[in-house]
Amino acid sequence: MQNLSPRRLLLMGYVYAVLFFVLAPIVIILPMAFSETDYLTFPPVGFTLSWFTDFFSNSRWMGATVFSLKIAVLTAITTSVVATMATYALMRGAGRIGALFQGLLIAPIVVPHIALAVALYLFFQRIGLSSTVFGYVLAHSVIAMPFAVFTVSAALSAVDATLEDAAMSCGASRFTAFRLVTLPMILPNVLSGGLFAFILSFDEPVIAFFLAGIRDKTLPRMMFDDIEQNLTPIIPAIAVLLTAVSIFALIAAALLRRAAANRTAPEEAG
Amino acid sequence: MSLQDFFRPDGRHLSRGGILLLMAPFFMLIAFAFLYPLISLLSLSVTEPTAGFDNYARILDNPVYGKVLLRTLWTALLVAITSLLLAFPVAMAMVSSSGPVAMLIGACILLPFWSSVLVRTAAWAVLLQRNGLINEAMQWFGITSEPIRLLYTQGAVVVAMTHVLMPFMVLPIYGALRNIPEDYGRAALICGAGPLRVFTEVTFPLALPGVLGGFILVFLTALGYFITPALLGSPQDMMIATLISQQLREFLDWPFAAALVGVLTLFVTAITLAFSKIFRFDRMMGGQV
Repeated sequence: MQNLSPRRLLLMGYVYAVLFFVLAPIVIILPMAFSETDYLTFPPVGFTLSWFTDFFSNSRWMGATVFSLKIAVLTAITTSVVATMATYALMRGAGRIGALFQGLLIAPIVVPHIALAVALYLFFQRIGLSSTVFGYVLAHSVIAMPFAVFTVSAALSAVDATLEDAAMSCGASRFTAFRLVTLPMILPNVLSGGLFAFILSFDEPVIAFFLAGIRDKTLPRMMFDDIEQNLTPIIPAIAVLLTAVSIFALIAAALLRRAAANRTAPEEAG
Repeated sequence: MSLQDFFRPDGRHLSRGGILLLMAPFFMLIAFAFLYPLISLLSLSVTEPTAGFDNYARILDNPVYGKVLLRTLWTALLVAITSLLLAFPVAMAMVSSSGPVAMLIGACILLPFWSSVLVRTAAWAVLLQRNGLINEAMQWFGITSEPIRLLYTQGAVVVAMTHVLMPFMVLPIYGALRNIPEDYGRAALICGAGPLRVFTEVTFPLALPGVLGGFILVFLTALGYFITPALLGSPQDMMIATLISQQLREFLDWPFAAALVGVLTLFVTAITLAFSKIFRFDRMMGGQV
């Protein structure tokens, strides 16, 4: 029951103020992409699309974007496949190995990203993996893995294992039973785990800061340099582009979640 | 051994070999790109330039580094406290609202997860700069008579870091509050408790695991945070992450930087283990389960 007592009004007023604090900086930066000034200012001055054309015509920005996309796609694939394999094993009686798995799983969340970034910088430099696509994919997969496992295990724990038994007693191999029975049921969560890994990778600034060489910078690293040195409207221009992409991704995720809710048992949906 | 031997097709349990095979990629990844690099970095801190704990002693001996550690602790604590003050009422409103209001609040809290940390840091740099919106507003309201330095201060770091980390506080508190049956509060009211007493003796104690979980999560994340202090902080007021970066990139002092990483990592790990009962990382990601 919603009663609009003074206490309730006070609470909601405070909450809306907090939401304003959360939203204002995210929203306020977008119109600055169209500013004619070559520094960031609010309110923006004039109207131009030149920052967008700058971004798309500059080979360094474009190169960084493609580099980051490559890394993010490969991270999403690696993470969702490895996470699904491991989580499936965990849910099918891993015993003591499962305990080790769970302990190691949360380690990348606990250890600060800067620690991992410095450690990988040292190690990758020695073996020639720094600022390579492969190196970034490994690093990003490590930090995205826990979240992908949580997402996949949420779906997998709702799947009735006897369905697999039934398929196998009808003559299907374990792999066929997984592929035709279990996988279709958990697929929305596998994909949203992959999507999460993609976003995490594409937006990852700390490892990018340490692993990057002079060339082959990821997009977040290029953005870091621009904020540190120039703070030009190319940052809000990228923000506008990222927001557009995010809205599409958000819609995709909502559709996946709806599909997931339809497939898993109703009591899990709450 | 053929693949068939790994998978015993008898019931829901996989064979030991099958489990090992399926988990192998995960263990290989963690060993190669997480455990080995961290261990070899930490071993560097106790072997170079001489064997022993000289690098760690240097952190304690030099008051400059001690100050950085204290500043880091204090800043992270401030971020966690501010986040809690902002997040708790939001979580309460989320639980007690329904329909479009609940959706609006939820969307606002989840939106930051979808927007780039660097873009938000840039936004704060613009808002806080000398001729930025906040300085102009303060002059307009007569709080200050001329622009004051807001950017490249510890205050800027706290505000921007709170902005980034506050949503991580809302989710666990929301999870805890949602699980408190409404009857408890109502029962306390019937027994004559005032609304304040219901909050202090029923709601808050029952939400405490969520509060503590969120608080520690935000505190620990803030401790090792790099981007915000690097871009919005003052070079004179370094935090441990920016100090690590400086030792590496400017002084190329690997062993000392490794010791700083060691201090940070061991501290964070110790606190996490101490509170491991409260941590439900899967739950903390907000309603996936």
